[in-house]
Amino acid sequence: MATSTGPRASRRRFPWPVLLPLAFLTLWTLAVHRHWVVEGIIPSPVQVVQSWYWWIFGLPTRSMSPYSGTWVAAVLYSSRRVLQGFLLASLVGIPLGLFVGWNRLVARLVDPSIQLLRPVPITAWLPFAIAVFGIYDASALFLIGLGAFYPIVVNTTHGVRDTNLLLLRAARMMGAGESTILTKVVFRSALPSIFTGLRLGIGIAWTAVIVAEMIAVKSGLGYVLWDAYYVGRMDICVATMLSVGLLGFVSDRALQLLANFVLRWRTLEAHA
Amino acid sequence: MSDRPVIELSDVWKTFDKGGRPVEALQGVSVGIARNEFAAILGPSGCGKSTLLNMVAGFDAPTRGAVRFDGELVRTPSPRRAVVFQEPALFPWYTVLDNITFGLRTRGIAPSAYRDRVQTIIEQVGLQGFESHYPAELSGGMKQRVGIARVLVMEPDVLLMDEPFGSLDAQTRSVMQELLLSVWERHQQTVLFVTHDIEEALLLADSVSVMTARPGRIKKRLAIELPRPRALEVTTSPFFNELKREVLALIREESVKAAVERAR
Repeated sequence: MATSTGPRASRRRFPWPVLLPLAFLTLWTLAVHRHWVVEGIIPSPVQVVQSWYWWIFGLPTRSMSPYSGTWVAAVLYSSRRVLQGFLLASLVGIPLGLFVGWNRLVARLVDPSIQLLRPVPITAWLPFAIAVFGIYDASALFLIGLGAFYPIVVNTTHGVRDTNLLLLRAARMMGAGESTILTKVVFRSALPSIFTGLRLGIGIAWTAVIVAEMIAVKSGLGYVLWDAYYVGRMDICVATMLSVGLLGFVSDRALQLLANFVLRWRTLEAHA
Repeated sequence: MSDRPVIELSDVWKTFDKGGRPVEALQGVSVGIARNEFAAILGPSGCGKSTLLNMVAGFDAPTRGAVRFDGELVRTPSPRRAVVFQEPALFPWYTVLDNITFGLRTRGIAPSAYRDRVQTIIEQVGLQGFESHYPAELSGGMKQRVGIARVLVMEPDVLLMDEPFGSLDAQTRSVMQELLLSVWERHQQTVLFVTHDIEEALLLADSVSVMTARPGRIKKRLAIELPRPRALEVTTSPFFNELKREVLALIREESVKAAVERAR
């Protein structure tokens, strides 16, 4: 690419992406300091950052604040639940999706039930989960797992059904049996779609963990969020929201990096 | 040539269901291909020649009649009847080498048993240096070389080729035709080659069966008595041109018929 100068290049170099967040932060700060909003309800950005810092590293002096230095523990609780629920959903969803996509009989047996249950929002399952599993981790795992399961199974099925007929014929004429075809051809061909399902699934898992922790268990970021709201600590609430957003972003990026590595052949295709 | 044909189609009919309406693709096709013969099936597009090849491959079953390979009815695909498709149909997630050895690995053959043979064939088809490339990094012609190499390494009894050079540009196509000639002269495998390109059929094959427009029947079978080894230069000889004129007349009749049929 030639190095171009002039108005077009400088327009490209202008930091466009930070413009909106900057404007938003300014507006937020002004709104708090000029008392455009009712005092004490919305904390200023500086307050949020300060509380977040104390929440992570603890207050310098001994204090009665229940949040001081508890951020890491809350993050670990929530992350562990998300990871466990997500793994559970993947371990069930991917193989099931493979069979539903591959075998017409399995599809007729399982697919209608999945499609029937899928429109039930994950939040609607909460009372049921608590009634069955109680106020324990199992409730949270059930909700997270179920939420992540749908996009994983649906996208895997879709990926399998999209397998190129020619590749199946090629594998057959080279002597491949059903199990080889399923693992070496169909699964590999469905992988891009499976990763789409996984990325959607982990997003839903973070939604589900917050809902579950607000009601079904007594630890983690969701619990802190609801608890802080009750005691009027909006600064902690906002810090929690930002924490969850950050964790969601990081886990999505991690999956994306994994996908880029596993699907190297595909990025080559895009450049060819 | 041996007494009994390796591939034998006897009175094969094929009817497809096209939106509830039956469409006759093949009408009583009978053809035999002898061992070590390079047989071409030539016909206008849509005449059912790919259908014919798919039935020999075991991808498709005839509505009536019998397709036999080595005296036995064809039921399923088999590595003994290897196929080169028009689209290379390579596995995009495997490297060139892994694509070429797929058939061997699938059958659990130890790498030490095939390493030398694979290397020889990679050199014969001109893929040395590309072993660790992915298909996406290759040109159309190079992809098709992989498609040919992966079936040659399996040492099949017959090679079924479905317009393998049909999607290549003219230059690459003639390079690939010469490559196939040189490879064939070394391996002398039985080949069933489907094409709509008259010159290609005459250049490569020992026999050319001309098909009619749909519904497909074998209109005429010609023996191509051009001396081997052949090279592209043969296509400029007077004898070649005489053959070409004969086939052209046969084909033109059918192409016109097909066009009229489509217009109706």
